[in-house]
Amino acid sequence: MSEYILCFVLFCIGLYCVLRKRNIIKIIIGLGIIEYAVNLFFVLIGYRAHGRAPILAKDQAILNMVDPLPQALVLTSIVIGLAVTALLVAIAIRIYEKYGTFDITKIRRLRG
Amino acid sequence: MELQLLLLFMVFAAVVAVQIEDLLSSVIAVGAVGLGLSMAFLILKAPDLAITQLVVEILCLIILIRATINKDLPLIRDGRWLFNTISTLLFIGIFLICAYFAFKDLPKFGQPTMRVAQEYIDKGLEKTGAANIVASIILDFRGYDTLGEATILFTAVMGVLAVMRKVGRIKNEKS
Amino acid sequence: MKNPEKGMTLIVKTITRLTVGLILLYGIYIVLHGHISPGGGFAGGVIIALSFIHLMLAFGKEVALKKLSQAQASILESLGAIMFLSIALLGFLGGYFFFNFFLHKGSPFALFSAGIIPLCNIAISLKVGAGLFAIFTVLVLFTPLEINRFNKDNGNNSNK
Repeated sequence: MSEYILCFVLFCIGLYCVLRKRNIIKIIIGLGIIEYAVNLFFVLIGYRAHGRAPILAKDQAILNMVDPLPQALVLTSIVIGLAVTALLVAIAIRIYEKYGTFDITKIRRLRG
Repeated sequence: MELQLLLLFMVFAAVVAVQIEDLLSSVIAVGAVGLGLSMAFLILKAPDLAITQLVVEILCLIILIRATINKDLPLIRDGRWLFNTISTLLFIGIFLICAYFAFKDLPKFGQPTMRVAQEYIDKGLEKTGAANIVASIILDFRGYDTLGEATILFTAVMGVLAVMRKVGRIKNEKS
Repeated sequence: MKNPEKGMTLIVKTITRLTVGLILLYGIYIVLHGHISPGGGFAGGVIIALSFIHLMLAFGKEVALKKLSQAQASILESLGAIMFLSIALLGFLGGYFFFNFFLHKGSPFALFSAGIIPLCNIAISLKVGAGLFAIFTVLVLFTPLEINRFNKDNGNNSNK
């Protein structure tokens, strides 16, 4: 049970970072931490105690295997997270070129 | 027991990444979180995810360092301390209440409910012929998921190319 | 080597020349053995992209772009997408989307087995690798200097 609680704590740290910080890079980092927590939660749900990895071996009957379905979902989610991070970084670089700062309140002030 | 230690390390590195002032140190600390996650996947018996997370984390680190390096950054102070803290605590409280109700319905750790997955494990080898069950799920049983993932990746690449392109910039300068 | 200004020092360049081929080979191995061992198209594609990124970081952007230019990367990514989609559509030969249309799937645990799964792995690795390389190229090639001057003027105007 303590694994789930630590996973929630990780999610809360990411949420705090996204809501509280004013630096765009810090916000991207917070989104990354949230993504890690969600991926970890999926895999934690599928874990079976004393299980084995979901790969069959020759001449072996493997009885207790961990749940392969969350692993398949998370595998796509990791690569999507990388692409989304790259998109956010591109937008952040554009904002830096335009306004010369990463501070979100300064950006709002300059626009009006 | 190793898993709890590893998760504690990840939580500690995440706190460092959030609270440290220097941006480059913060990016490196988030890299530590990702590498810890890779080891946690290995303990949780998911070698596919461990390989992918390790490689993706390195690329993610390079991209984030590219964003932070060579920029003269003034230190950003957090303003409106009281309002921001109260609203943040409100959001986290709402999340924790929802998480508490969801927590009661979760299966116990180590005993998953494998209604669909048991079918995949039993029939996977004879239906697809692949020894790696994760590969047989993402490419055969659930090919639609991978097709959607490919679409999202394509859209993200197009988005980066559109945001960073040069043609629009020249037009802007002329006008 | 001709202009030592570009890229990193001689030590890094020598070690890069020794290791970059091995990294590319390891990526191809991960892709091709994706259905019988851990790995698969996603991890292998990212490793292949990382080998080119390694080359670009060590030698400067010209050398890496000579090996794989940005237009070629776009073409390879589209090729991967079309290949994956056409494999999925060929499943209609057997009746439904993503049908494993090889009747004789080969002996299990062999390299040439499992029907469409190795082909899909190759398609996905092309797509992921070329896409991430294109993203990284665009982020590196972005030159901020001229636009920065322009924007300072712009910012001054808006401040007035």
